[in-house]
Amino acid sequence: MSLLAVHDLAVARGGLRTVEGVSFTLAAGEALILRGPNGIGKTTLLRTVAGLQPPVAGRIEMAEDAITYAAHADGLKGALSVAENLRFWAQVFGGGGIGDALQAMDLGALADRPAAALSAGQKRRLGLARLLVTGRPLWVLDEPTVSLDAVSVARFAAVVRAHLAGGGAALMATHIDLGLDEARVLDLMPYRAQPGKAARPAGFNEAFA
Amino acid sequence: MSIWEYANPVKFMRTSGAILPFAVAGAAACTLGGLLWGFLTPEDYKQGSTVKIVFLHVPAAMMAINIWVMMLVTSLIWLVRRHHVSALAAKAAAPIGAVMTLIALATGAIWGQPMWGTWWEWDPRLTSFLILLLFYIGYMALWAAVEDPDSAADLTSVLCLVGSVFALLSRYAVLFWNQGLHQGASLSVAPGERMSAVYRYPLYLTMAGFFLLFLALLLIRTRTEIRRRRLAALQAREMRT
Amino acid sequence: MLSLLKRDLALATRAGGGFGLGVAFFLILCALVPFGVGPETGALRPIAPGILWLGALLSCLLSLDRIFALDHEDGSLDLLATSPLPLEGAVAVKALAHWISTGLPLIAAAPLFGILLHLPAAATPWLVASLLLGTPALSVLGAFGAAITVGLRRGGLLLSLLVLPLYIPTLIFGTEAIRRGQEGGDPATPMLFLAGITAGVVALVPFAAAAALRVNLR
Repeated sequence: MSLLAVHDLAVARGGLRTVEGVSFTLAAGEALILRGPNGIGKTTLLRTVAGLQPPVAGRIEMAEDAITYAAHADGLKGALSVAENLRFWAQVFGGGGIGDALQAMDLGALADRPAAALSAGQKRRLGLARLLVTGRPLWVLDEPTVSLDAVSVARFAAVVRAHLAGGGAALMATHIDLGLDEARVLDLMPYRAQPGKAARPAGFNEAFA
Repeated sequence: MSIWEYANPVKFMRTSGAILPFAVAGAAACTLGGLLWGFLTPEDYKQGSTVKIVFLHVPAAMMAINIWVMMLVTSLIWLVRRHHVSALAAKAAAPIGAVMTLIALATGAIWGQPMWGTWWEWDPRLTSFLILLLFYIGYMALWAAVEDPDSAADLTSVLCLVGSVFALLSRYAVLFWNQGLHQGASLSVAPGERMSAVYRYPLYLTMAGFFLLFLALLLIRTRTEIRRRRLAALQAREMRT
Repeated sequence: MLSLLKRDLALATRAGGGFGLGVAFFLILCALVPFGVGPETGALRPIAPGILWLGALLSCLLSLDRIFALDHEDGSLDLLATSPLPLEGAVAVKALAHWISTGLPLIAAAPLFGILLHLPAAATPWLVASLLLGTPALSVLGAFGAAITVGLRRGGLLLSLLVLPLYIPTLIFGTEAIRRGQEGGDPATPMLFLAGITAGVVALVPFAAAAALRVNLR
């Protein structure tokens, strides 16, 4: 059962196409890692899949209400405690407890601390714990392991593995080797949009070029 | 031939380039002709010489409103059909509309001064034009503030939509606001007031002149905007290679 | 959506939320006016309804850019946009949270500040009633302006420029309601218009604001 199917997708940033012709599918239990040099458009591609911006060309087919997105900005409110932050997102996404999520990312001891008092690594763990409380199968992750130490990276990889085993799927952009051998890798270099005069119009200004 | 063909920038540039000289000539002829005719017409002994400012005031006021309506229509076209030329035309029209509003306000004040004894009165009509000026300024400020042209076009279009509703609403609110202070519209500089026939034709001529002036300025400014976008696109491509 | 309301209210009232700044600004404004126009009752009484409404309006404006800017900076807006919550609903709820945390305290403080400006006692119920009817529109229109300017540097000034003209009808009918009420006239017409504007704004403007937010999230 395919959770995500992308056909011939092209995305643009700053008015120019970055990648085009990208196609892949993601079924339950699968993970796909996007690779490519900085600036090739991994973040733009992930945001487009998440629905935050419209694609320039191509089609995205996704199961209803399947997606949850996590990026560099964690969406944490410093004035609220760790538990309050998680409880908010749990309620927004339809209920469910936060205990398992706290446990999985080893945040139990910090549950009542204000989020502003956490270190960068702890904040990142909280951001990843949020994925667990959403209860959604398709995880779209942009550089999820920034600020994490080796132990936390291993913990995160274990969480992703458990998620995949439970029927979820993960699409992520990361430079770091998570040790997820079962994950496919998609290198975006072959899909790079041709620069120069052949660059096809994608933005407002380009319509006049 | 569909009007939508002009959404194509290349076709627009070609057609506007052809029309432009005639628009400029027509604008100059009608405006200057109308003004000269009007100002040289012997004075109506009842209304005195200041009423001749109507030849500037009425066309400017008419264009101030019509230009906002044009911006509303082009904004809707952008939102629905994503024609880039439409969005740029709205952007180009706004400063013209703002200046027309300023002319209307200034000439309205000059016209009213002998009547009121002051350089400004919060007459419903003038007040509505002042509010319209505020909307024009806000619209232009938003275009200037947003860097990404797609976002700027979308945001200014939404602003124009909401602003149009409120401009209309303010018109009636201001009428309500000032009715209570002055009985009747005795201080109104309503252009619909009885105007002797001898003034009517010069007025029509200046109205046509202002319309052609708007057309000429709009075409020039839109062409400039299109060229600006082409330049930006070329520069962006240079950066990528 | 209730959870979003509770979260925003909690954020507004905790440390760093700026709770009470609106009322403080309102107080300062009302205290400044007599220094500008003179302390005579005759000078202050006629302008009291207008000053009070203007003060409430400007104090509302102060806290408006916080509605979306903070969420935009820390990424919550992206997350809300990809959540089951409809963006229009999120806008409406955030405007409601703004009204509860900024508008209501202003309404509560207004009668007190009316005393400073020699507002006749007969006008006070009309002051409170007109503010209750009109301030929700201020919050929703402000949310619209905030949605348009989120992510802009120096967005605050542009926000004021865009939003203040939209406030004019509410201001006109609000002050007229107070004036008619205190003179014993019939305030029904302005109050009805006020209610109508607020109802229309609350029902329709969130859609425009959500559209603007989507543009800014692209």
